[in-house]
Amino acid sequence: MFRHTMVKLFVVLLALTMLASCAPAAVAPTTAPAGGTNPTSAPAASEPTAVTMNVLPTAAAAEPTSAPAATGKKFKVALVIGLLGDKSFNDSAARGIQFVNDKFSDVETKIIENQDVGEQQLAARAMAQQGFDLVITIGYGSADWTDQIASEFPDTHFAIIDAELKQPNGTGLTFKEHEGSFTVGMIAAMLTTTKKVGYVGGMDVPLLRRFETGYIEGVKYVDPTIEVVSGWVGDFNDPNKGKELALTQYTEGVDIIYAAAGKSGEGVLQASKEKNLFSIGVDSDQDYMQPGHVITSMLKRVDLAVYETVRELRDGTLKGGTQSFGLKEGMVGSTFLYNETPVFFDSGPAEMVTKIKSDVLPALTAATDKIKNGEMCVDDFMKVFPCTNPAPEGGMGK
Amino acid sequence: MATTATIYHRGMLAASPRRQRIMGAAFLLFGVAIWLFFIRTVQNPNEVARYAMTLNYEAETKIPDWIVPVLPAMYICMGISFILGIYQIARGFKRWTNLALGLVVALFIFAFLTRETAGASISLAGIFYLTLSSAVTLTMAALSGIMSERAGVVNIAIEGMMLMGAMTAAFIGSVTHSLWIGLIAGIASGMLMAFIHGVLSIKYKTDQIISGTVINIFATGLTSYISTKFLQTYQYLNEPGVFEPIAIPGLVKIPFFGPIFFNNNICVYIMFVVLIVLQIALYNTRWGLRVRSVGEHPKAADTLGINVIRTRYMAVLLSGAMAGFAGSYFSIGSVGRFDNLMTGGRGFIGLAAMIFGNWNPLGGFGAGMLFGFADALGSKLTILGSDIPTQFLLMAPYIATMIVLAGVVGRTMAPAADGVPYEKE
Repeated sequence: MFRHTMVKLFVVLLALTMLASCAPAAVAPTTAPAGGTNPTSAPAASEPTAVTMNVLPTAAAAEPTSAPAATGKKFKVALVIGLLGDKSFNDSAARGIQFVNDKFSDVETKIIENQDVGEQQLAARAMAQQGFDLVITIGYGSADWTDQIASEFPDTHFAIIDAELKQPNGTGLTFKEHEGSFTVGMIAAMLTTTKKVGYVGGMDVPLLRRFETGYIEGVKYVDPTIEVVSGWVGDFNDPNKGKELALTQYTEGVDIIYAAAGKSGEGVLQASKEKNLFSIGVDSDQDYMQPGHVITSMLKRVDLAVYETVRELRDGTLKGGTQSFGLKEGMVGSTFLYNETPVFFDSGPAEMVTKIKSDVLPALTAATDKIKNGEMCVDDFMKVFPCTNPAPEGGMGK
Repeated sequence: MATTATIYHRGMLAASPRRQRIMGAAFLLFGVAIWLFFIRTVQNPNEVARYAMTLNYEAETKIPDWIVPVLPAMYICMGISFILGIYQIARGFKRWTNLALGLVVALFIFAFLTRETAGASISLAGIFYLTLSSAVTLTMAALSGIMSERAGVVNIAIEGMMLMGAMTAAFIGSVTHSLWIGLIAGIASGMLMAFIHGVLSIKYKTDQIISGTVINIFATGLTSYISTKFLQTYQYLNEPGVFEPIAIPGLVKIPFFGPIFFNNNICVYIMFVVLIVLQIALYNTRWGLRVRSVGEHPKAADTLGINVIRTRYMAVLLSGAMAGFAGSYFSIGSVGRFDNLMTGGRGFIGLAAMIFGNWNPLGGFGAGMLFGFADALGSKLTILGSDIPTQFLLMAPYIATMIVLAGVVGRTMAPAADGVPYEKE
């Protein structure tokens, strides 16, 4: 009998491994042709393109001059990403491709989504073989193989989001998430009534530590006595676990949680609605998801970075090396900085909205200006972006 | 009670002298570990740990926090462990050995928690609340497995059935704007998958493991496809909402336990009802006796005029219904939307809970609570800013699963004809 149990256990384990290896394969054929079924339309609708273009004056200027009377496609661009529908990072990148489609008629685009990094690698190589001009990959884990493929295909340009490339035909698109997280940290600190705010990260990796430390620095800048508690889901696709973690923090007296956890973060937003407390979204504008409970979102304009890279490719100005996008470039930060009428203004509690309008927004703008003109900076956990003049604790002088 | 056979079996095992000594040594080791890892590392002997006893931070009726002096508490835990260990070696707890083991482990965990909480505060009520909410799906998955395996059909397709249930419930719930219709659809989809499993494994006598694996792979692919193509693209197809918590009047006022157990959404109450009904039905009714006889010795059952094939179909369909319900809890009972692979392997952990619980519904619930507790403890410790790397804390439930399955609590007994197709001669 005991043997029977062990055999069964073994089989269960075997099934688990099989399931794990089969999951991506089952999803593999969902290659979205960029033109026909457009997977990005739903999230894009929540965020008017007009706002986007305001942030980026160069985009409009480049348009009329260099565009040839498009007969056929001159440039081919491929984006190799994880699964769409996360309303976050991946969707944002796909939205960038959408901007490209709307704006440039001579660029052929292709989005390949696959959860499995190994499959992404194969896809990126295949795209390079098919003669694509630009292949964009995603994530710090993909840097090594992207570099490798870039060295094999010197005629194709490669770009990677959230990492750096060493090859001359590779461009790294990195974001100063710590600066953006700093702004939402300030907002959380100014709005908390329990003097305790939370952070829920997807996985305990350096990139998400960067979100965390930036957030904490923002909180402490407002008031060093406010306590910040952190938790890690250990998975970007487990909203259930995210929700449990958030509920844990709420029972510990936290009233605002910053969720930097991909889809797992949606569980956090759901928890804030259930507990009638507050949360902060990440990457894309998630304010509309639980109206009245999501105070703001830390935008990371992956869409604009993708768009910019394609525009540079078209203009022939795309260079190797690393580009960094921060507050100064208008690529990261709270939705309050980029959106005149955030959802929370209509749906949040009246006294909180009044407080945001009278106290938070001016303080936020002041601090943002200081960071933009270099008077002050935010410490970077990964030490990629040097910071010689960090924001002091209690520096807001409240 | 018909469970005597298993209890007797366990009693025999616990009484073996070798096991008695090993267990005793383990108790002593736990005591030593408390001293070595916790007591020795205390820097400030006057530190206290503060346990909050209310769930809601701003509740009106607040139970005062439980303040535990760290050092004395840990010495007491260590002392009890030593006393239990010595008694176990000298006399032995006989059939109460597992109870004693549970007590020692609980003391160890309490000492650990107190050590980590020293100088800070943590909500004890919050831990139990989280434990329950993680345990709901695990228990339902375990019950699903028990239902099917008691009739002799191995069901490792629970994960796939749960995924289908979760997706269908979210989809139908969004389209019809009714959570109840969504829930019924989720249960029905679980039953549909179970029906496929039944036909394959009962009628065509396919190896039940293979049939289950195939269903898991099929469900993974299908749900991911539908989700990516439709649910994630058209948001109105994926906004079912969630069941609101219902406070049971009177019971919710019970201090400490009231808000934890009696202020949940309907799914949690249904889980308890199913648990109790299944426990009684399996062991105290004629129906249950027939189901179990089919799982233990189908030929004998057949000779006595029980329709083995029909009984097995019924058990598998009921099992699918429970798995579909467990899946629905993910989408419309918890998060309010469906995401690819959102069940995260909990169907398999549910199977582990089933084995740990010795194919007994209450045992399955206990195991589910244990795994849920490990999960909750991991979450809480990340909040305390523990020195232990977060990756290790996230492993906690799985480590607990492995230790349990390695046979620490004694052997478990599967139904004798579990996994064997029945061939009528």
